[in-house]
Amino acid sequence: MTDGYVIKADAITKVYQMGQIEVHALRGIDLRIAAGEIVSIMGPSGSGKSTLMNIVGCLDRPTAGSYYLEGEQVADMSDDQLAAIRNRKVGFVFQSFNLLGRQSALNNVELPMRYAGVNSGRRKRAIEALESVGLGDRIDHRPNELSGGQQQRVAIARALVNNPAIILADEPTGNLDTKSGEEIMKILLGLNEDFGTTLIFVTHDPEIASMTERIIHLRDGLVEQDRQSERVANQ
Amino acid sequence: MNFWQGLLEALQSLSSNKLRSALTILGIVIGVGAVIAMLAIGRGAQDTITGSISGIGTNLLFVVPGGSEEVSNPKPLTLTDAEALRDSFVAPSVTGVAPIITGNVELSFAGESLFTQGYGVTPDYMPVRNVEMLEGEFIGEVHILGRAAVVVLGPDAAEELFGRSEGVIGETVRIGGQPFRVLGVMVPRGGSGFSNPDELIMIPLSTAQTRLFSRSRDSVDMIMVQAISAEGVSRATEEVASLLRTRHRTAIGEDDFTIFTQQDFLQTATTITNVLTIFLGGIAAISLLVGGIGIMNIMLVSVTERTREIGLRKAVGARKRDIMLQFLTESSLLSLMGGLIGIALGWGLSTLVGVIATSQDVELLPNMGLDAILLATIFSTAVGLFFGLYPAKRAADLEPVEALRYE
Ligand SMILES: Nc1ncnc2c1ncn2[C@@H]1O[C@H](COP(=O)(O)OP(=O)(O)OP(=O)(O)O)[C@@H](O)[C@H]1O
Ligand SMILES: [Mg+2]
Repeated sequence: MTDGYVIKADAITKVYQMGQIEVHALRGIDLRIAAGEIVSIMGPSGSGKSTLMNIVGCLDRPTAGSYYLEGEQVADMSDDQLAAIRNRKVGFVFQSFNLLGRQSALNNVELPMRYAGVNSGRRKRAIEALESVGLGDRIDHRPNELSGGQQQRVAIARALVNNPAIILADEPTGNLDTKSGEEIMKILLGLNEDFGTTLIFVTHDPEIASMTERIIHLRDGLVEQDRQSERVANQ
Repeated sequence: MNFWQGLLEALQSLSSNKLRSALTILGIVIGVGAVIAMLAIGRGAQDTITGSISGIGTNLLFVVPGGSEEVSNPKPLTLTDAEALRDSFVAPSVTGVAPIITGNVELSFAGESLFTQGYGVTPDYMPVRNVEMLEGEFIGEVHILGRAAVVVLGPDAAEELFGRSEGVIGETVRIGGQPFRVLGVMVPRGGSGFSNPDELIMIPLSTAQTRLFSRSRDSVDMIMVQAISAEGVSRATEEVASLLRTRHRTAIGEDDFTIFTQQDFLQTATTITNVLTIFLGGIAAISLLVGGIGIMNIMLVSVTERTREIGLRKAVGARKRDIMLQFLTESSLLSLMGGLIGIALGWGLSTLVGVIATSQDVELLPNMGLDAILLATIFSTAVGLFFGLYPAKRAADLEPVEALRYE
């Protein structure tokens, strides 16, 4: 945290072993993201966007390189330590929502707090999170009783409920129509405005990318281009 | 994640697939039910057997001819042996001696006939075995001296011959074709479902020797000895043994007779029924094992089906032990429920067996002990834990990224 970077990654590589073949998904990525930045990661399919997101989100470890999340060296933590980091510092929003189908919206949002051991005020916080994404009147609905956009909003409520430092969204609007997609983007950008949450998007959509401040292009596991978006350039 | 939430979630997850959960439980239900029923029936049989053995009295000794095999010239037990045991100087711990010869007899009366066991006894039999009379009298000294053709009937024997167990004194029955006058009827002793003591008939020993069972000289089949008290049994055993050794001129370790006490019978019977119970219980336990494998199978399927869910839980902060606990809770809950239903089934089964046994005139009261219930509950939960362990470990060890990708 000392130098203001939430994410400080150096020479990150990721190699998948597929039998005899080694797949080099990332081949040396240096990345600095400051607190409160809004970043989108773009690039052709297979360029390593999701792989990078997984490492940034502590779901996976790099094969080599160092990675500091809020000043903590993450690369050599145990599985359970990583789980705790994800629980406290990272919120995920997936393309396919990934809600627990048998549980109510409320229970889905409470889930990260349960694993954090939060007991008092958990329900209240979950309701507030759902209200902040405009679902205060849907707390007892199950995912199959909600529209795609609403499901994704539940997922956002779940991601923000533990006040994470970063929210990672891997193609969050990929399964949604334009209008719901815009709403989702508005909610996520609002989080940044209200709480200063760092946002990282993976997207193929230039429209989405143009709403962020900084665009990182990946190609073949390397950073091809890292630039300010038009939105910032035009200011 | 706290315990009650975990439990609630496990219940929700199990009830979301009711049919599958029910079928999985069935294996454990049958396993536990079989174990419980087998144990209860085994215990019931044991109770019946030991009960009927206890009925013979705690201070009795049974002396029978024949002992260790090395004896070169075994002598039979005789009436004089029995007479010698009455000597309160050599055998102070002995208060009663009843020599007996036994044989199978056919009784008949007015077209009815009955095959049963007959005892040739002396009047001493009455105090030694605490015989009480329903009506009439027991065999007396005069009957022995006169080799009288009289018979004392067990109540069931009377019932079968006359259709009643009272008002039969003075009737003449035929035993092996010879006429015998009914002297009395004994009070029912109840008990054993195996050899019915109430079907026995008693005739004077001298009569039996000469007219029915034809024994060489004065040899007898058994001498029942009554010790002064239950505590005096071992002393009485010693006294009887040493007296008989002297009389038969045998060395120690080469006895040509054997002495059983009630304790010996009890021990043997308990050992046999224990072995039987364990054997039956063991066979039943195999079905419990099969039930456990069923749980493992379903839990593995469930882990595979819920791979993405596991990935998601890990992504939002579940540690290995959280996932492990989640699946272990489910599997032990399955087996615990199976166990509880199984206990009910086992109770039902053993009660049914008891009812059937009673209707067949076999006395068998299934005995379902609290320990068996506890054992079944603990064991079935342990089965769930054990067979749930591997699937739970598989779930806990899933890589979050791989799990989230899983289609
Ligand atoms: N578990 C894995 N095993 C083997 N190779 C993998 C694995 N995960 C990713 N890869 C490979 O790593 C490379 C990068 O994959 P990644 O999923 O990061 O791409 P992406 O940029 O997210 O693509 P898309 O836009 O299609 O989602 C690809 O070549 C992919 O085949
Ligand atoms: Mg991807």
